[in-house]
Amino acid sequence: MDYLNMNLWQVRDKLNSGEITSVELTKKCFQRIKDTNDLNALISTCEEFALASAKKIDEARANGAKLGALAGIPIVIKDNINLTGTKTTCASKFLANFVSPYTATCAQKLIDAGAVIIGKANMDEFAMGSSNETSAFGIVHNPVNPNYVPGGSSGGSATSVASNQCFGALGTDTGGSIREPSSFCGIVGLKPTYGRVSRYGVVAFASSLDQVGNLTRSVRDSAIMLGVIAGEDKHDMTSSAKEIPDYEQAITGSVKGLKIGIAKQFFNDKLNSEVRESLDKAIQTYVDNGAEIVNIDLPSLDTALAVYYIISSAEAASNLARFDGVKYGVQAKNFNDIVDLYFKSRTQGFGKEVKRRIMLGNYVLSSGYFDAFYRKAKRVQKVIQKEFEQAFKKCDLIVCPTTANPAFKIGEKSNDHLAMYLTDIFTVPINIAGLPAMSIPCGKNKDGLPIGMQLIAPQWKETTLFNAGDFLEQAIKEGLK
Amino acid sequence: MKYETVIGLEVHSELNTDTKCFCGCKNHFGGEPNTHCCPVCTGMPGALPMLNKKAVEYAIKMGLAVGCSINEYSAFERKNYFYPDLPKAYQISQMEHPLCMGGGVEIEVNGKKKFIRLNHIHLEEDAGKLIHTNNGTMIDYNRGGVPLIEMVSEPDMSSADEAIAFLQKIRSIVLYLGISEAKMQEGNLRCDVNVSIRKEGEPLGTRTEMKNMNSFRAVARAIRSESQRQAEELDAGHKIVQETRRWDDNAGKSYSMRTKENADDYRYFPDPDIIPIEVEKEYVEHIATTLPKLATERAKEYVEKMGLSYNDAELLTQDRKIADYFENVIKTFNQPKYVCNWILGEVFKKLNSLDNEDAEIDISPENMAKLLQLYHSETIGQATARQLLDEIWGTDKNPEIIVKEKGLAQNNDTAGLEEVLKKIIADNPKAVQELKAGNQKTMQFFVGQAMRATSGKCNPKLVNEIVNKLIK
Repeated sequence: MDYLNMNLWQVRDKLNSGEITSVELTKKCFQRIKDTNDLNALISTCEEFALASAKKIDEARANGAKLGALAGIPIVIKDNINLTGTKTTCASKFLANFVSPYTATCAQKLIDAGAVIIGKANMDEFAMGSSNETSAFGIVHNPVNPNYVPGGSSGGSATSVASNQCFGALGTDTGGSIREPSSFCGIVGLKPTYGRVSRYGVVAFASSLDQVGNLTRSVRDSAIMLGVIAGEDKHDMTSSAKEIPDYEQAITGSVKGLKIGIAKQFFNDKLNSEVRESLDKAIQTYVDNGAEIVNIDLPSLDTALAVYYIISSAEAASNLARFDGVKYGVQAKNFNDIVDLYFKSRTQGFGKEVKRRIMLGNYVLSSGYFDAFYRKAKRVQKVIQKEFEQAFKKCDLIVCPTTANPAFKIGEKSNDHLAMYLTDIFTVPINIAGLPAMSIPCGKNKDGLPIGMQLIAPQWKETTLFNAGDFLEQAIKEGLK
Repeated sequence: MKYETVIGLEVHSELNTDTKCFCGCKNHFGGEPNTHCCPVCTGMPGALPMLNKKAVEYAIKMGLAVGCSINEYSAFERKNYFYPDLPKAYQISQMEHPLCMGGGVEIEVNGKKKFIRLNHIHLEEDAGKLIHTNNGTMIDYNRGGVPLIEMVSEPDMSSADEAIAFLQKIRSIVLYLGISEAKMQEGNLRCDVNVSIRKEGEPLGTRTEMKNMNSFRAVARAIRSESQRQAEELDAGHKIVQETRRWDDNAGKSYSMRTKENADDYRYFPDPDIIPIEVEKEYVEHIATTLPKLATERAKEYVEKMGLSYNDAELLTQDRKIADYFENVIKTFNQPKYVCNWILGEVFKKLNSLDNEDAEIDISPENMAKLLQLYHSETIGQATARQLLDEIWGTDKNPEIIVKEKGLAQNNDTAGLEEVLKKIIADNPKAVQELKAGNQKTMQFFVGQAMRATSGKCNPKLVNEIVNKLIK
């Protein structure tokens, strides 16, 4: 039996029934990692730690102990999440040798739920990128077709899940970094409501937009993982005390009466025809099963990308200032004075894309430009939030493509930054509005590349995403395939 | 005077909360370097701040004590700059929405009262400390993240004396509130001074900012030096350059650190990690009920209930520790005026001789009360009392035991003393005549003789009485 091909919830049942042990399963995962090494999905693995955790879970299970929701299940985390004793590189040369002195809350929650953390996923440097090509640890290949990018910035997490190295992965999503690679790799990617999952211990890119989420092979898996990582954290003031519903229970198998909002702004003429076709089919499936289509309007949607690059770069410039060569990370060898140390360490440690964002961020915050850029962007952000609020008065869920096109070829957009930034045009507004959204596979193009559909819900309504997402997943499995 | 000096102060006071401003680390002065720190206050990747509610409460306390209005909405901002003592490369501070606005304090210089307005009070975190050694510069992050309040005055002061009076007033209030140790030499009370000069009636001149003064004296010297420097510049036909200057107290002068053109652009923006605070009215009202009596109120009580003079009461209450000390001494030795005179006289003399503005009375109130009891009952004389003050300072020995062990009690045996004095009078007819002629200074001669004859143990007051009686 191919356990590695199973969904998380399926292998959970196999572990529960004793059909396979966690140690056996973990070993299989490490074998798979070796076999798929060419994809370059992981930056580091922690085999010893993983096997010890797996053994502990197996023993606890044998002793009849009460086990957590992810007991014994191999999981990968993105390499911007701190885990004591492991390297947390953020795929940057700057932190190539940085060993975490503490553990992020989301990683601790995985451990507390019995998850076996097996490795740390490659990513775009400091989560800045949409193709995983900015990693200082090499590009990651899309497991569907290795000539294509897996998307980014959580490209390693997506590839690891899609290539069956693990049963789920944590990623972070600031402007689409979970949803876009999930869409490109044909898996399920969830960005929860801002504040749903603690950011403590997750290396910040843009603090007001960053959100930890998960990448899985099924919607049910996603619900299970969110149930584990969600919740208030006394170390993160922006985490919410909002009650955590039973996400798995939210999956009912029915979309009867569900009001689905369609905004014309998401379906413009630049949309790839195969993507549009897939989306149309998926939407029709909902309608055929009792859902109702509502037209909504999001007139300011096209400003979201500009707002995003101002706010995210401003925050990034400040967040990344701590990488100064004084305390940890790259420290330039020969320097004349303290300013020279900063200059040389940062010049040596950061990649091009990171430098570009830092410069952009400092520019929009600098005196004389602050009002024209940062303050104005914050004002427009409010307008976008309002428009979504208005839209959700008319519908329960908004459906749109995750990206206008399927995955592109490695190198195709490396030198066209604007084209690269435009990849995130449908995902970025969700972070600007602080909403939960999920990308689920809804088809393939003629080359076999996956097409993703994005489901967007009102704040704290991840339950709606899971129910609607699972419904389409089952429908595809039965008919659309 | 040709020019008028215009002074504004930015006073920083470290708050003595149990824990730091944005993490759970202990807020302790000193300690082994880097023992009170964690991922948050050392700026580890991914660490996030959690706001210490106590620090907010303390800042509001200060605001209420100086008549500020407390903002219902308050937010934190990042002040971005690179320096090795600042691990995140930004300081969490407040700019657009500080906790407290307005307010002010009344000062008095040479009998003239003046109200100095505050612009605002905000809360921020302190930086770590650089330690320069032979092996290079070391960084101690123990102080990093300690809460600070910054109290920014309007440019309402016009002399060094007024600036010092303001600073002393702020320090007094902070101490009364118990929110800071407020020791300048230890750096938990710091101030930056903005100085400009102008001809009377003219608009404000270009100001300079002076840093690095760590005593009241240094602040006063720096202000005088800077207004003089500016006057000389203007007299020479030069313009004042807006700049930050560093005071060198040893050299007695200041040096330019950076001019406005080279000033850092701090790129302030709202800290996305910290949820803005909604300060509820009820909360502020509750804090108001916890405010202790401040100096003015206590001084008033001392005048009305204990009969102290207004001036004495004011001097006694300036520093809460002194006022508390006074109250503790009179608990067991209830002679307020007597205790007050002793503290303002002998004890202040002793404190001033220590050359440390932060020095405290180093004798327990109980032993001080015993010492004063001995003196008041004339068991010991003035010289012995002063000697004992020195002796028990820092050791806090029981003065009663010292007097017994060393036999320091003065002789109050009237009959015996009369015999001694009879002999002295008989031996010194000339002195007697002078005394009779009304030369009271001659009495010192008799006291001296009597002291010699009794090995210094006679009571001068008794000598006085007996000699006057005998020569009548």
